[in-house]
Amino acid sequence: MRERIEDALKQHTADFVEIRIEETKSTGITYRGKDLEEVGTTTQLGGNVRAAVNGGWGFVSFNRIVDLREKVSQAVSQARLVGNEKTELVEVPPVQDVVQVSMQRDPWEVSLAEKKQLMDSYVEEIWRTPKIQTSTVHYGDGYRKQYYGNSTGTYIEQERGRVFARFGVVARDNGNVQQSRAGFASSEDYGVVEGRHADVREAAEKAVDMLDAQPPKGGEFMVILDSTLAGVFAHEAFGHLSEADHVYENDKLREIMVLGRTFGGKFLNITDSGEVRGLTGSFAYDDEGVPTGKQYLIRDGELVGRLHSRETAGKMNEAPTGNARAQSYSVPPLVRMRNTAIEPGETPLEDMLAEVKDGVYCKNWYGGQTSMEMFTFSCMEAYAIRDGKLAEPLRGVNLSGNVFTTLENIVAVGNDFAWDPAGGTCGKGGQSAPVGDGSPHVLISKCLVGGQ
Amino acid sequence: MVEELLEKAKQSAEVAEALYHESTELPISFEANRMKSINARESSGMALRIIKDGRIGLGYSTKLSEPGDLDALVESAVESAQFGAEAKFALPSTYTTNGVTIFDPAVEALTLDNLVALGTEALDLLRNHDEEFLCDVGASKRVSNVRLLNSHGGGTEYRKSVVSLGASINLTRGEDLLDVWHYAVSCRAELEPQAVAQRIIRRVEDARRQGTVRTKHMPVLFTPQGLGSALMLPLRQALSGKTVLEGASPLSDRLGEQVFDEKLSIYDDGTIDHAVGSSPTDDEGIPLQRTPLVENGYVRTFIYDLQTAGLAGAEPTGNGERSPNSLPAPGYHNVVVAPGSGGSLDDLIGDVDEGIVVEYAMGASMGNLFSGDFSGNVHLGYKIENGKLAGRVKDTMVAGNAYAALKNIAAIGSEPEWAGGSFYAPPILVADLSVSTREG
Repeated sequence: MRERIEDALKQHTADFVEIRIEETKSTGITYRGKDLEEVGTTTQLGGNVRAAVNGGWGFVSFNRIVDLREKVSQAVSQARLVGNEKTELVEVPPVQDVVQVSMQRDPWEVSLAEKKQLMDSYVEEIWRTPKIQTSTVHYGDGYRKQYYGNSTGTYIEQERGRVFARFGVVARDNGNVQQSRAGFASSEDYGVVEGRHADVREAAEKAVDMLDAQPPKGGEFMVILDSTLAGVFAHEAFGHLSEADHVYENDKLREIMVLGRTFGGKFLNITDSGEVRGLTGSFAYDDEGVPTGKQYLIRDGELVGRLHSRETAGKMNEAPTGNARAQSYSVPPLVRMRNTAIEPGETPLEDMLAEVKDGVYCKNWYGGQTSMEMFTFSCMEAYAIRDGKLAEPLRGVNLSGNVFTTLENIVAVGNDFAWDPAGGTCGKGGQSAPVGDGSPHVLISKCLVGGQ
Repeated sequence: MVEELLEKAKQSAEVAEALYHESTELPISFEANRMKSINARESSGMALRIIKDGRIGLGYSTKLSEPGDLDALVESAVESAQFGAEAKFALPSTYTTNGVTIFDPAVEALTLDNLVALGTEALDLLRNHDEEFLCDVGASKRVSNVRLLNSHGGGTEYRKSVVSLGASINLTRGEDLLDVWHYAVSCRAELEPQAVAQRIIRRVEDARRQGTVRTKHMPVLFTPQGLGSALMLPLRQALSGKTVLEGASPLSDRLGEQVFDEKLSIYDDGTIDHAVGSSPTDDEGIPLQRTPLVENGYVRTFIYDLQTAGLAGAEPTGNGERSPNSLPAPGYHNVVVAPGSGGSLDDLIGDVDEGIVVEYAMGASMGNLFSGDFSGNVHLGYKIENGKLAGRVKDTMVAGNAYAALKNIAAIGSEPEWAGGSFYAPPILVADLSVSTREG
């Protein structure tokens, strides 16, 4: 493959050309209720050529890996039709590397029968709990080998792995239907999905517990987020605004997002890293052949950095960060987060609780969304807090805030820390990417709660 | 290739079904007021479903050009059948190709220059309205071929053309960001940049001034897009035969009962010419139809694929939809909400003393869809005061229960429109919902 890619890159008249070929193999096992619904494997082979000429981009994707040279000239001529300015890409030293996936326990060495047996045991565990109406259990693993070469002389062969299990439980009491979920994911160890019976039982019990929960009152409240939810908060409330593709061509937003601006208290630190071992948002090189790393976004409350592709870093005159990621060979990369986290602070959870007279303790998440300025995310589990004590359970708690004020409203950051064991999937521009979110508990003085 | 694969599969399975798709797509994009990229995407893939020893097996591959690739696909389907679910259905033996019009040669004939012209016109119209607009525009054409054949001779083949034009604008004033977008899509070469730009401009003008809202209950008017973002997802899930079969649908034992306001009727219709959700058959070869889901507030039909219908003892409804690498599951084609007698959007606004319009509720579909509870940030919405729009509402949440809301409909508009391609609905005025907002 190396020869074919390097040969195809030899003659062109573009400012930049890259070729990315990918082979993927994945397995999925899905149960609905007590029954196994689907077992399947998928094999994919495909590739793309992307070219930049005078600031314009051309992109060609295909399944048949033939005539790469012709695909290069097609991408180049498309780019030429678009470009009438200057291609500004940040300089990245060329790299030659081979990155092999190193699995602690390799899912590809575990038989389908064994995987199924393990999932069977989780299904049984869920159904031991009374009042369960239905459940979904999904196991998946994936392997991707990528061949990447570009016109700066970089050539990388990179393998990536992923294994995960997700559990959704629905409890019902007459017309009242509640749900709960749990998940576990790793980039390098099948072991992460083994021995999860206690976690699965807990998820089933939570769904049943939520049958007694009441909807919240609407309005502004003091809230405590647990580490899983606070990680999603970091992702939605700040991470997306740090993606430089939202900022680099919007002069007014650039003025607001100027490095050095204060976003929160001195105790607030937010990072995005591709280097945390085992997390599904980690990798050695991004989909533009740029080495990954760890980027501080907020340090001591101040904006100190953002997430870049070759182009956004070039145009903003900032250092590359390795955040260009593509869902697959069929689409061009976008600026994406990797593993985003609020770093631990000093406040124990008990001290946070003691601060709250009338508020909400929010745990775990269903989802989150942002419009840059405003964001919202939904909690899986929530409890009212009264006079510093946890009170009745609440259901359907969605929180919402404004990026420019809510971070300032973080009044304490916990002295604990955890990555979300489920890993996350982030959607942007029609593409999904595995990401990680992590945080300690955080206390927010004012957060908008949607109520009934 | 489809016949060859079926031949190979029949050697190791009782029943086999091959689904081949290929498509070419030409998307172009403008970013920050200038042209940014031209993409050309080709894709093809083959899905194989088999029944072996009464069990379902499945495989999918895009690696099809080398000798042995088809054998590998058969092998993976056979392996998965060892563990697969017991098949509870018979595949159709009818080959259906006629019916709905979803191919327009004029779309296939669109050149790169035509697409650039579509995008440029939309961009110019927006920029001429307000040069502060920071615009992104995307135009695209796609032509796809689908061939479905099973070992009973049933299946379909069709060609579909899709053209789309989407635009969004950003206005940044200090820390106030306004993003407004509109997206139009059709199987026919009929997209009008003027119409797309006008929709965006009206929304921007309605949102330019800041409205004031307080935390309390009030009437909420959902535009078609707002309706899709906040109230439809719980219903889509509850009316799926799969949710019903599991007993997780709040509607599972309500078939034939009145659950919603009598003004509400909803259909799933895969027979609408030029609509992107239409095709001759579903992904299992069952001809598409117009299925009443809710009529005059009564729950009429749940939607099914073959296997789910078999398990539930229900009639298949032609709703077996699949992403290429998974088994068919109940899926909608074009969801249509019947118009009411409430008049135009402006007429509906005129009926409200104090309330809000919701154009898009961000995150409202993220919670517990089973219960119908929703709670979303009003990403784009306006205050209504004395029958008139009174500025943009932001930092505000709208929350409630979709079932309760759709039982308490004040009026349904008379003018439906497409929102996002496969949802066709009029605006709906819900009499009373909780609105929460930031204080000061």
